[in-house]
Amino acid sequence: MPDFLIELFSEEIPARMQTRAAEDLRKLVTNGLVEAGLTYAGAAAFSTPRRLTLAIEGLLANSPTLREERKGPRVDAPEQAIEGFLRGAGLTRDQLEEREVGKARVFFAVVEKPGRPAAEIVAEVLDSTIRNFPWPKSMRWGAGSLRWVRPLQSILCILTTEAGAEVVPLTLDGITAGNTTEGHRFMGKGRFSVTSFDDYAAKLKQNRVILDPAARADAIWAEATNQAFANGLEVVEDAGLLAEVAGLVEWPVVLMGAIDDAFLGLPPEVLQTSMKEHQKFFSVRNPGTGRIERFITVANIETRDHGATILAGNQKVLSARLSDARFFWDNDLRTVKTKGLEGMAAGLSSVTFHNKLGSQADRVARIEALAREIAPLVGAKPDLAAEAARVAKADLQSEMVGEFPELQGLMGRYYATAAGHDDGVPEACEMHYKPLGPSDAVPTHPVSVAVALADKIDTLTGFWAIDEKPTGSKDPYALRRAALGVIRLVLGNGVRMGQLSLIQTAMTVLSAQLQAAPDSENTTNLEIPLNLLSFFHDRLKVYLKDQGIRHDVIDACLAMPGNDDLTLLVKRAEALAAFLKTDDGENLLQGFKRAANILSQAEEKDGVEYSYGADIKFAETDAERALFVALDQAETAIAPAMKTEDFATAMSAMAALRAPIDAFFETVQVNTDNAVIRRNRLNLLSRIRTICLSVADLTRLDG
Amino acid sequence: MAQTGSTPRSFQEIILRLQSYWASKGCAVMQPYDMEVGAGTFHPATTLRSLGTKAWAAAYVQPSRRPTDGRYGENPNRLQHYYQYQVLIKPSPPDLQALYLGSLEAIGIDMALHDIRFVEDDWESPTLGAWGLGWEVWCDGMEVSQFTYFQQVGGHDCHPVSGELTYGLERLAMYVLGVSHVMDMPYNDPDAPIPLTYGDVFRQTEQEYSRHNFDAATTEMLLRHFEDAEAECARLLAQPAEDPKTGRRIIMAHPAYDQCIKASHLFNLLDARGVISVTERQAYIGRVRALAKACADAFVQTEAGGWAA
Repeated sequence: MPDFLIELFSEEIPARMQTRAAEDLRKLVTNGLVEAGLTYAGAAAFSTPRRLTLAIEGLLANSPTLREERKGPRVDAPEQAIEGFLRGAGLTRDQLEEREVGKARVFFAVVEKPGRPAAEIVAEVLDSTIRNFPWPKSMRWGAGSLRWVRPLQSILCILTTEAGAEVVPLTLDGITAGNTTEGHRFMGKGRFSVTSFDDYAAKLKQNRVILDPAARADAIWAEATNQAFANGLEVVEDAGLLAEVAGLVEWPVVLMGAIDDAFLGLPPEVLQTSMKEHQKFFSVRNPGTGRIERFITVANIETRDHGATILAGNQKVLSARLSDARFFWDNDLRTVKTKGLEGMAAGLSSVTFHNKLGSQADRVARIEALAREIAPLVGAKPDLAAEAARVAKADLQSEMVGEFPELQGLMGRYYATAAGHDDGVPEACEMHYKPLGPSDAVPTHPVSVAVALADKIDTLTGFWAIDEKPTGSKDPYALRRAALGVIRLVLGNGVRMGQLSLIQTAMTVLSAQLQAAPDSENTTNLEIPLNLLSFFHDRLKVYLKDQGIRHDVIDACLAMPGNDDLTLLVKRAEALAAFLKTDDGENLLQGFKRAANILSQAEEKDGVEYSYGADIKFAETDAERALFVALDQAETAIAPAMKTEDFATAMSAMAALRAPIDAFFETVQVNTDNAVIRRNRLNLLSRIRTICLSVADLTRLDG
Repeated sequence: MAQTGSTPRSFQEIILRLQSYWASKGCAVMQPYDMEVGAGTFHPATTLRSLGTKAWAAAYVQPSRRPTDGRYGENPNRLQHYYQYQVLIKPSPPDLQALYLGSLEAIGIDMALHDIRFVEDDWESPTLGAWGLGWEVWCDGMEVSQFTYFQQVGGHDCHPVSGELTYGLERLAMYVLGVSHVMDMPYNDPDAPIPLTYGDVFRQTEQEYSRHNFDAATTEMLLRHFEDAEAECARLLAQPAEDPKTGRRIIMAHPAYDQCIKASHLFNLLDARGVISVTERQAYIGRVRALAKACADAFVQTEAGGWAA
C-alpha cells in the first residue's frame, strides 16, 4: 500500500493561519480520497512559514471496483418503458439480465465501475483542494488566476511504494508537481528531491527546517526557559505568542537580551504589551521583584557571530519603541497630575460612541447617574461610585491607550492612582469592563461592581432603545456578553435588585439626555424594558443550563412574581433543582400533577373553580384526614419560609406532603357519587395546588 | 553586484545603490512625481500604472509628506517630509522575493548575519480605494520595507497583479549606517570636502513645516482648495473623450489624477490642523476615494491603461 506525500510550497504564510490551514488540508484531501473509495491508515499535516505538508500512510493503490445493480421494467412491459430504462442505464438490450422476481420476469441492469489508480484520484482531489482552499483571505499574483494565501511556488506530490517513489502528474496554473523542494531560505543548500516522508523530514532538517510546528514551539520554550533559568529569571508564559512565533520561523534560534534600565520604571504590563505587539518578544521576569528585566526574541537563522548583530538590532528597535512608550507614559502622567483624570477625560465629548447614542462623554454621564442609583444596592457609597464612573473611561483619551488599546482599564488604574484617587476608584477603572467572557473573573469590590453594572446596563438599554438587538449570529455590540456580564455580576455578588426598575431608570436617564434618540412614546411604556428583561432571562437560562439546571426548572421559577430579581430567581431555581433530585421531590411532583389534573378536569366539566372550602368534617377516611393535617402543617411552615426566601425549608415542608398525598390517592376515590364529599375532596386537592404553586409553578416542569 | 558586502557610508549612497540595483534588474528608473504626496504609492507610475493589462516595471525615489508626523526635527525617526523608495513590477515576477533580498544585499545587508523575516501585513489605502496582501519585511526586528501584491486599485481588480516594494529610506539608511538620530545621518560622503548631515539639509525645513502644518496653514483656504480640486477633477473627467481642437481621443486621466493628489494632500493638511472631526474624517476620505476611482475608471479607457481602439 503506497504512502503519499504532498507539500505546497509558497511565499510566507501568515503565522495565525498556518495551523488551521494544515488541518484544512488534511481534512479536505482525506475526505476527497475516502469519497472516491481510497481509504488510508493514517494522515498527519504540518506547517512552516513557507509550506503546508500532508503525509498519508497506507493508502489503497486503487479504488475498489464498484458494482451497481438497477431493477428495470418487466420483460413484457411496453417497448417505451424498456427503451427509457436502457437510456437511463446507458446500456443496450443484450447487456441486460433477466431475473425472476415473484412470478414475473424482470430486466436488471448490472453496471461495473472499475477501480482507478490512486495517483489519478490524488491528482483530482489535490487540484480541487488547492482551487477551493478555505483561506480566510487569499490573493492572485503575476498574470495567473489561481488564488492562494501568498504566491504558491511549487508542489511536491509523490506516491511511495516498495518499488520506489512516483510523482503524481498534476499541473495547476503553470505549476507542475514534482518530487523536489527546498529548505531554509538562507541556510538551505538549494533544491533537493525526496523519496518518502521520512526522507523528506530528514532532508528538511539537514537543510535547517523543523517541519512540525509543535516541535518548533517546544524547542523555543525549552531553550527560552533554560536561558532565563540560568540567569535566575523566568519567562512570562504566553501560549498564543509561542504559537505565533513558532509560525514565524523554520529554524528557531532563541536569543535573550537586556532591557535598558531607563525603561524599567514603566508598568510591567506596558513593557510586556509593547514587546509582544511590536516585536513578538517574550518577557523575562525577575521572580523576586516581579519586574520585567529582559526579553527573549526568536530569530530564524544561525549566524557566525552567534546572533550578536541580530540581538543588537532588536535591542535598538526595542529602545526606540520603549522610548515612545515612556514618552506616552510621561505625558499621560503629566496630564493627570495637572488636570486630573477628569481633564484627561475631557476629550471624550468629541468621540462618538454611537451616532444615535451620543458621545463617549454622554455615555459616561449616563453611567455616572446609573452607578449612583446602583451603589446602595451593592454596598457602595453613591458619591464614590459616581466619581469612579466619571473617570473610569478617561484612559481612552490617554496616549498610551491610543497606542495600545488592549491596555484600556489597566492604564486607567495606574493613572487614577497617580491622580490621587482612592477607595476602590482606581480598581473600578480597571475592573468595570469585566467580566469579559464566561471564564473572566467577576469584580467584587462594591465600587467596581456598581460601575461595571451601570456600564453594561446602559449599553444594553441604549441598544435596545435604538432597536439594535442581536439577531441570530449577529451581535456586533457584544450585547449577549454584556447581559451575561450583568448576570454574573449580580449572582457572583448576591446583588438584590429589580432588574426591571433599573432598566427603566436607565431608559429615563437616556431619554433625558438624548431627547431625539429613543422613541419617546416607548419610554413611557414597558415594552422595551420587558423585552430586555426577557433577553436577560434567555441569557440566564443559557448560563444556568451550563450549571446543570434544566430549562423547565427555570421556567417554573420565572413564572413566579419578582422574577426580575435575578439572585432570588436563581436561589429559587437552585432549591427547586435540588428538591427535584430527591425521591420525595420527584414523587411529590407526580402527586401534584395528579391532583392538578383531576382538579382541572373537574373544573372544566363543572364550569367552576374549586378553590376554597375544604372542611375536615366531610372527610371520610383516615388518609383524607391525615392529608388535612399535613396541609395545615405545610402551610404554617411554608408561608414564613417563603417570606424569608428560605426556599429549601419551604420545599422540604412541601416534600413532607408526599406520603399523605400518595396515601390519599391510594385509598380515596375523588369523584364519588356523593356531590358534597366530591366537592370537599376537590377543594382539598385545590389546597395542594395552592400550596405547591406558592413555591414555584410546578405545572411547567417536564415529566 | 560589486558593492555587495561593503557598507555604504551615506544616505545618498544607499539611494544610488538602490537605483543602480533596480536599473540592473530592468526597471525604468523614474524621477519623483512633482507634487505633494503622502507616499510613493500616489505617484501615477504606481497608482495608475498598476491598472490595466500592460506590463510595467519602474523604480523611483518619492519625497513624501505626512503633515501630522511633524516633530520640529526633534524626534529621532519621525519626519513630516521623508523619502520612500518605490518599486512596481507588473505582472509580479515569480522571483520577486529573491529580487528584493538582492536589493538588501546591494545596500550592504549581509544575509548570513542578519535575521530577515516576512511578517504578515495587509495593505489598504482607503483614500485610493486600494488593497493588497503581503508583508512588512523585518531585519533584526525592524520593519525595513513593505511588500505588497496589489489586488485592487481605484476599485478595479488588478489583472495582472503588480508587486510593490516600498522602502522607508531614512529608517533603512539609519539602520544600515548605524545612526540613532535621523538628523545625525551623513547625507553625502562624510569625507567629502563639505560633509552634510541629514540635519544640515532638513532640520530647518522640518521646523518650518511643523509650525506651518500644525498652526499656520490657513484652514479656510485649504478647505476652499479642497473643494476646487474636487470640482476640477470631476470637470476634467466629464469632458468628451475626443479633443475638439485636435480631433484626437485624449482622455485627461493624469491631469484629473493630479487634482485627486492635491485633494488628498489638502485633506492631510486639514487633518494636521485639527479641524476635521472624527465623523467628518470618514466623509473626506470617501470624497478623495471617489476621485481616485473616477481617475482609475478614466485611465483604463486610455492607451496606457490597456484600451485598444
